[in-house]
Amino acid sequence: MATTTPIEIGKQSGCSASSCGSTADQMSHLPAHIRERVFNHPCYSEQAHHHFARMHVAVAPACNIQCNYCNRKYDCANESRPGVVSEVLHPEQAVKKVLAVAAAIPQMTVVGIAGPGDPLANPERTFATFRGIAEYAPDIKLCVSTNGLSLPQHIDELSRHNIDHVTITINTLDEEIGAEIYPWVFWNHKRVRGRAAARILIEQQQRGLEMLTERGVLVKVNSVMIPGVNDAHLKEVSRVVKSKGAFLHNVMPLIAEPEHGTYYGIMEQRSPSAQELQALQDACAGDMNMMRHCRQCRADAVGLLGEDRGAEFTLDKIEAMEFDYEEIRARRAAVQASIAAEMNKPKVQVATVSLASLRRRAAAMPPVLMAVASNGGNVVNQHFGHATEFLVYEASANGVRFVGTRRTDQYCVGSDHCDEGEDTLARTISALEGCRAVLCARIGITPWEALEAAGIKPDSDHAMEPIEEAVAALYAAMAEAGELTAAPAAGASVA
Amino acid sequence: MALKIVAACVNCWACEPLCPSQAISAAVPHFVIDAKKCTECDGDYADAQCASICPIECAIVDAAGVPLNPPGSLTNIPPERLAALG
Ligand code: SF4
Ligand code: SF4
Ligand code: SF4
Repeated sequence: MATTTPIEIGKQSGCSASSCGSTADQMSHLPAHIRERVFNHPCYSEQAHHHFARMHVAVAPACNIQCNYCNRKYDCANESRPGVVSEVLHPEQAVKKVLAVAAAIPQMTVVGIAGPGDPLANPERTFATFRGIAEYAPDIKLCVSTNGLSLPQHIDELSRHNIDHVTITINTLDEEIGAEIYPWVFWNHKRVRGRAAARILIEQQQRGLEMLTERGVLVKVNSVMIPGVNDAHLKEVSRVVKSKGAFLHNVMPLIAEPEHGTYYGIMEQRSPSAQELQALQDACAGDMNMMRHCRQCRADAVGLLGEDRGAEFTLDKIEAMEFDYEEIRARRAAVQASIAAEMNKPKVQVATVSLASLRRRAAAMPPVLMAVASNGGNVVNQHFGHATEFLVYEASANGVRFVGTRRTDQYCVGSDHCDEGEDTLARTISALEGCRAVLCARIGITPWEALEAAGIKPDSDHAMEPIEEAVAALYAAMAEAGELTAAPAAGASVA
Repeated sequence: MALKIVAACVNCWACEPLCPSQAISAAVPHFVIDAKKCTECDGDYADAQCASICPIECAIVDAAGVPLNPPGSLTNIPPERLAALG
């Protein structure tokens, strides 16, 4: 079934900037056979997500549980940004849309079903969609994200459809914590509440996880970090799911804006700050491969991560399309093989700077975070003012590693961080809290001054350079200039 | 004997496949229950299936217009709090 050439991820010898960075950091702990299966999966491999596209089809509106971070007027908060409702498709429409997208975007390797409710609470619609895709586009990988409640009963059907990736949202292993997150589940024809509900859900999730890994299905676990509720417990979740064979853990921040009308939003449960999220991801990373590049994309997202081409594929537009499946499949194979070949090329060592030479001054080189404005291709290539998200890297004497993304609209941690009157620039700057520098292709004088005032060094000297090298070079320059010794003033604010 | 779906329904589809009487169908602007077919699940289940999975408070009412899932019963959000938000 593999139509692209598997590449030898993590086998680059030596320590090029990029093998010390995100890719190796995330993938190197994985056994080779898993690396081969995820190398072109944009959701699972940070490197792949720059090159391969995915789409979600919104065929599954119903849900069988209630989460306190979800408002069923909107999409499932499991994998989607609440507040935008996906247009629900019938399975036939979904298959048609997949074929249209796969024709227009030959880089597409993966189709997932992630709601807007729970795919396995909509088994007929979900499996009809998978059957249709497998018939016309057998090269496309299928995956599914679920709350896990009805996972055990659908395991055989899932295996039959050759779905090799499943994401389960597991927020806790403890029924007391569970009762704080889930007000009810629908089970055996009854609505069950409280701890009994949490116990059923947790049992089903854990059984589902075990059954999937026994069958060789790759399982990723998503967890929503809810400060004061499950944050201290998620390290344990990470450890246990790893011991049961999950291959990747994605700790995502709670999104709880009051206007989304969720329980947490209305009850003013705060979201974690970017730094708290990163600290927890780091704490879990000792035990587990952590996923850092999740964008919590919509249940109908289309295209490369970070872009959304959904508008090009509305129902009226795809209705009229005709396809030559064979020809389109061949084109996908060719395009994807050439991307794989490109990714597999040995990285040219651009010896911009040797961090090793600075290591003797390691005492003066504390690890710092740097943000990068990029619209893809692993290059510093975006105008500061156009960035809706920043990639965050940690630079230290040991190298550069990818630690996550910051969306400029995401980390509003209550009123002291983003009150009504705060403008876009100030919001962007608060999203960059904790970063010492920001690299971008260009930047205006006003944001330049505001960043400096907030203790964040703006830099456009490394425009169009590969990200990890640019970050390393700026870090080395800041070390040389003695700019790294003092930590930024706590709570540095925009004057 | 029949339940009724009212304007609060968000068309989430959860109820439709569960109805033992095939009384529920998708419609505009919201799902409907065919009163001639609905048995209130009597003889099939102890609880009305549609009302037991519906995630939206007050979307399903009985013949007297009383919601089977009154305000605050599904989300745990205190009704006063919701009312205060308008
Ligand atoms: S599983 Fe998804 S759709 Fe269902 S209640 Fe939870 S977040 Fe919402
Ligand atoms: S009460 Fe039972 S029979 Fe009536 S509509 Fe609901 S599910 Fe169907
Ligand atoms: S479950 Fe409730 S909200 Fe969903 S379609 Fe049925 S009546 Fe409407």
